[in-house]
Amino acid sequence: MKKILEVNSFSKVYGSGCDCCFAETGPERTNICPGCGSVVAAHDVSFSLHQGEILGIMGESGSGKSTVVKSLFFDEPASWGQASFYDNGSRYDLFELNRAQQRQLRSQRFGMVYQNPHLGLNFAISAGGNIAERLLVAGDSHYQRIRSRAQDLLQRTEVLPERMDEIPRNFSGGMQQRVQIAKALATDPPLLFLDEVTTGLDLSVQAAILDLILEIQHELQTAMIVVTHDLGVIRLLADRTLVMKYGRIIEAGLTDQILEDPQHAYTQRLVASAL
Amino acid sequence: MSQNNGYPFGFLDEYAKKEVRRSVLKAIALPGYQVPYSSREMPMGRGFGTGGLQLTLALIGPGEVLKVIDQGSDDSVNAVNLRSFVELTCPGIATTAKTEEASLIQSRHRIPEKALNDRQLLVLQVPYPDPLSVVEPSEDRRKAMHGEADYARLLVKLYEDIVKFKEITISHRYPTRINGHYIIDPSPIPRFDVPKLHQSAALALLGAGREKKIYAVPPYTDAVPIAFDDIPFRIEDFNDDQGRRRTCQRCGCQTSYLDEFIDSTSGEKLYQCSDIDWCNDQLTATQHLEEVDI
Ligand SMILES: Nc1ncnc2c1ncn2[C@@H]1O[C@H](COP(=O)(O)OP(=O)(O)OP(=O)(O)O)[C@@H](O)[C@H]1O
Ligand SMILES: [Mg+2]
Ligand SMILES: [Zn+2]
Ligand SMILES: [Zn+2]
Repeated sequence: MKKILEVNSFSKVYGSGCDCCFAETGPERTNICPGCGSVVAAHDVSFSLHQGEILGIMGESGSGKSTVVKSLFFDEPASWGQASFYDNGSRYDLFELNRAQQRQLRSQRFGMVYQNPHLGLNFAISAGGNIAERLLVAGDSHYQRIRSRAQDLLQRTEVLPERMDEIPRNFSGGMQQRVQIAKALATDPPLLFLDEVTTGLDLSVQAAILDLILEIQHELQTAMIVVTHDLGVIRLLADRTLVMKYGRIIEAGLTDQILEDPQHAYTQRLVASAL
Repeated sequence: MSQNNGYPFGFLDEYAKKEVRRSVLKAIALPGYQVPYSSREMPMGRGFGTGGLQLTLALIGPGEVLKVIDQGSDDSVNAVNLRSFVELTCPGIATTAKTEEASLIQSRHRIPEKALNDRQLLVLQVPYPDPLSVVEPSEDRRKAMHGEADYARLLVKLYEDIVKFKEITISHRYPTRINGHYIIDPSPIPRFDVPKLHQSAALALLGAGREKKIYAVPPYTDAVPIAFDDIPFRIEDFNDDQGRRRTCQRCGCQTSYLDEFIDSTSGEKLYQCSDIDWCNDQLTATQHLEEVDI
């Protein structure tokens, strides 16, 4: 399988940082440096991702899950480390790109679906307009073509295309997530980031959206990073999983193995409590 | 240095005028780019054309002929005030209402109907220079967007317009791309006037006093209103319900930008050229023709 993404020793520190930030924080301690008070949101995070693969990132609140995808999606600059994105025969050094290059990848080759639909959608414009924006950024300027593409995407994500001219506020939470997914898929990105996309939704709505995500993976061979604290989501979606605690990966491997035979005491507790 | 009423020629001190001229040169070198300058206090409120006025004062010299228009008229209060101010502070200049006689035309809301030539300078007064301010509140982010020609969100607005109203409803300040890169707010001229900026022989300078920005559409430069490939930009057509082009009730012109009046006695809608100088010219021409006919 084709490699899409390779992350090496990624770190993200909020604060001024000091010499002992990394030595004094970690899974057995906390993520706040006692020396300088900086938050070590992530440290020494390494992993790779292949075409069509879903990688789960699991861990309790504050463990650094979102930090990883936010930096890869350029929402936050990385502090250290290196990340390579492989696309159409080119390698992009993600943490070294300028703003225009970041914008180009973000708007066309990556897709992001946030837990909070307000972060992923512009609530002042129609659902179709949100999808149109992504297509316009990608350089399409043909009104009818944009509209029919938006229609197809909404159909695919099971939002009634007749409602495409309504503003997202009129939609249920589940539908807002579907619009976000439609928008993310608009440019056929090879890589999708999903940050707690089903958190807070009704169980039946959650199940339908998780199904949709799996269908997309099968149909489009999209690689995905799925961030969640929900073991059920991990079990259903992720081929491989990283378990994070206080900014560090404490366990990584095939999801089935991690769930059957967790090595780290923390993971064992997580799995046990979810049974 | 010539003195008048205790003020230097052009009211502004030489340093201020030089700064405006430097900004103008930069604006011409970067077509459509909003060049910041330290807009001076003028003895009239900002928002009354002080951006345009500072350009005029910094660029006009003795022997030049000035025309000032507001809404197409040389006689509106605003135009009269601005013109008197320049006359008062710039001894040796002449003024005119005739477009073809003017070497410098300062205008609000209109570009003259008569095509300008390469010896003429058009100064437009701008209240809101940045077309991105409707989609992005942060000026820092807007600057980056201009730098990267990141204008998709302006097209999103057009998209939403078409969805809601079945057509593009922007009547004034139509976002226009200059020389293939920067998109400008072409000041509150109607859509009708935007094509006049395209490949114009005259240099157009735009000044925003309150927002402290100067930008330019240099001569013979592309000025292209943004649009979709399949829904092209179009100007107001001034057609009646039967699809016939309305005519100016005064001069009979069928091609000019028309103002709408309500006749106070009949209550009827009347249409007349907004550009008075143009209307006068057409009127003289038709009267002349009639005389020749007899
Ligand atoms: N902008 C910020 N400034 C300072 N600290 C931050 C900032 N963003 C995140 N953090 C801290 O970084 C750590 C990791 O945050 P992150 O959002 O990655 O956690 P998470 O695993 O996604 O948690 P959750 O499940 O609650 O979303 C937390 O301690 C958080 O408080
Ligand atoms: Mg999170
Ligand atoms: Zn520290
Ligand atoms: Zn007329």
